Amino acid sequence: MDLLAILSNSVRGAFGPEAAIYALAAIGLNIHFGYTGLLNFGQVGFMLVGAYGTAVPVVAWGWPLWAGVLVGVLCAVLLALLLGFPTLRLRGDYLAIATIAAAEVLRYLYRSSWAEPLTGGVFGLKQFAGGFYAFNPYSGPLDLGWLTFSPRALWVMTVGWGAAFLAAGLVALLIHSPWGRVLRSVREDEQAARSLGKNVFAYKMQSLVLGGVMGALAGALIGINSQALNPDSFMPIITFYLWTIMILGGASRVLAPIVGSVVFWFLLTFLDSALRQAIGTGLVPASVLVASDIGAVRFAAVGLGLMLLMMFRPAGLMGDQKELRLDVR
Amino acid sequence: MSADQATPREEPEDLVHQRAELVEEEARLQHEAPSEGASRAARALADVAAEPGVPKPDPILVVEDLTRSFGGVKAVQVDHVEVQRGTITAVIGPNGAGKSTFFNLVTGFDRPDSGRWRFDGADITGRPAYRIAGSGMVRTFQLTKALMRLTTLENVMLGATGQRGERLLTAPLRFLWRGQEDQVRQRADALLERFRLTHMRDEFAGTMSGGQRKLLEMARALMVRPSLVMLDEPMAGVNPALTQSLLGHIQGLRDEGTTVVLVEHDMDVIMAISDWIVVMAEGRVIAEGRPDDIRRNKAVIDAYLGTRRELKEDDGEH
Repeated sequence: MDLLAILSNSVRGAFGPEAAIYALAAIGLNIHFGYTGLLNFGQVGFMLVGAYGTAVPVVAWGWPLWAGVLVGVLCAVLLALLLGFPTLRLRGDYLAIATIAAAEVLRYLYRSSWAEPLTGGVFGLKQFAGGFYAFNPYSGPLDLGWLTFSPRALWVMTVGWGAAFLAAGLVALLIHSPWGRVLRSVREDEQAARSLGKNVFAYKMQSLVLGGVMGALAGALIGINSQALNPDSFMPIITFYLWTIMILGGASRVLAPIVGSVVFWFLLTFLDSALRQAIGTGLVPASVLVASDIGAVRFAAVGLGLMLLMMFRPAGLMGDQKELRLDVR
Repeated sequence: MSADQATPREEPEDLVHQRAELVEEEARLQHEAPSEGASRAARALADVAAEPGVPKPDPILVVEDLTRSFGGVKAVQVDHVEVQRGTITAVIGPNGAGKSTFFNLVTGFDRPDSGRWRFDGADITGRPAYRIAGSGMVRTFQLTKALMRLTTLENVMLGATGQRGERLLTAPLRFLWRGQEDQVRQRADALLERFRLTHMRDEFAGTMSGGQRKLLEMARALMVRPSLVMLDEPMAGVNPALTQSLLGHIQGLRDEGTTVVLVEHDMDVIMAISDWIVVMAEGRVIAEGRPDDIRRNKAVIDAYLGTRRELKEDDGEH
């Protein structure tokens, strides 16, 4: 087995464009769940409308890419309002059901033949992010000998990690303000916040919109990164990746989604790469596992990892274990 | 579980002891010269007849025809009730009398089937709870709602109204609200000092004892600068020493000019400190008056004795 290749792949996964994009989306989810206590199980829906909002105006109407990103953000705001108005007045678990359903409904809507003239239906959209790569300042690849990044990947990584750190910075500023104090009080006890004159509904809505916009920006980057969009790449499993990332890092910690995403993608690519090598070299016989099973094993491993985290380290890598032991009713 | 089951034999004696302390305290309060606030309240209520729905000279809260039913049960059916400004008004009654429902309705935490109510001259019928709180009528809860994973200081600071930093757009711009935040912190520290919680300042509220949480809730409510404080069973589940301290705080509030309405089902506890008592039973106001009027009131005695007799029968079955 080539250990260096496994390690190189894992590090590429840990710092690559996907990790940055998932970190950004998880920061949004952290605003929802970590700080406001909103059970959003449909973050992938925000990513979907963000991605298509970006691509459709470019492909269908020839708009510039930046205008597309703006449309993506507006779509996320609209989705947050549509989701929030009926459900935010209800108890938390209703929002969970509504969001997971909404994300799936959106996926089917975007892939329907009815929407095909705009979204390309099941065939998706391609080659709409030329405007992004035209600004690529990197002329050559980053070559460390054992690890290389193409100029293209470097440019997406720069923008992706830049956006993730900017978002984390914004969250840090917001959370340590009186606004953040109200948000955390809503997470702890809505009735108490209400009894002190806080408009709980408005704060929950602001939280939903803000975190949703971050999801939409992550979605836009997904499209830009692959230059191709397909509704079926926005499966509910993405939302659960994001939850794993957030809990792995430690919910309600500013940098947790970033740390969580790096660790998550390192482990996921490590598992993938190591299994491939093990099968390739015959270490794992084909009667036990074949290369095409690896995807399924990955899903199972994420599920198992999430369970183990909740059982043994619910506060994540960065969380305050003491805080979580408090008797929260 | 097993530890809980092993101890109850010892508890009655403890309770008797605690009870004695409470009675002593009540006697002491009665013999003490009334505070300035108490005499002011007594003078204001001097000419008010002790009958249900009687108008008051300067009411801060006026409730009319308030009803709320759950299924077929009329939980609240209040025709008319007024709360005099600057008094401690107790709402008492046996369990299930509708006291807490009445509280929830008036503070906007529940919607009535019918009724109107005015606070400080303004009709606030149907206003959302947060706006009622913002206009100066603040409540606490029977089951304390400490914000567990916020520090004690943050809990209290949250109560301040009109914070510029609480708006999303100004929140990231610290220079806009830093000065105000310092003032809020000073006020919060002063309140923590007053309620003797300073040693818990930077601890999570979730680490507090039940009694400390009651004090915290009261401090937090005062941070809103309310003109009317509604306390839902402030003495429930609190030891006698702390009960005395809570009673002291409540009187202190009244003496500063804040109106206090409190719900209790234990008559003895509040007889000594209340200026006016409203008695509820089966959703209705069955009596109103000064503590002395209430002690002698036939309807009240019936309501309470009735429930006691029921309790005795219940005990016999076990």
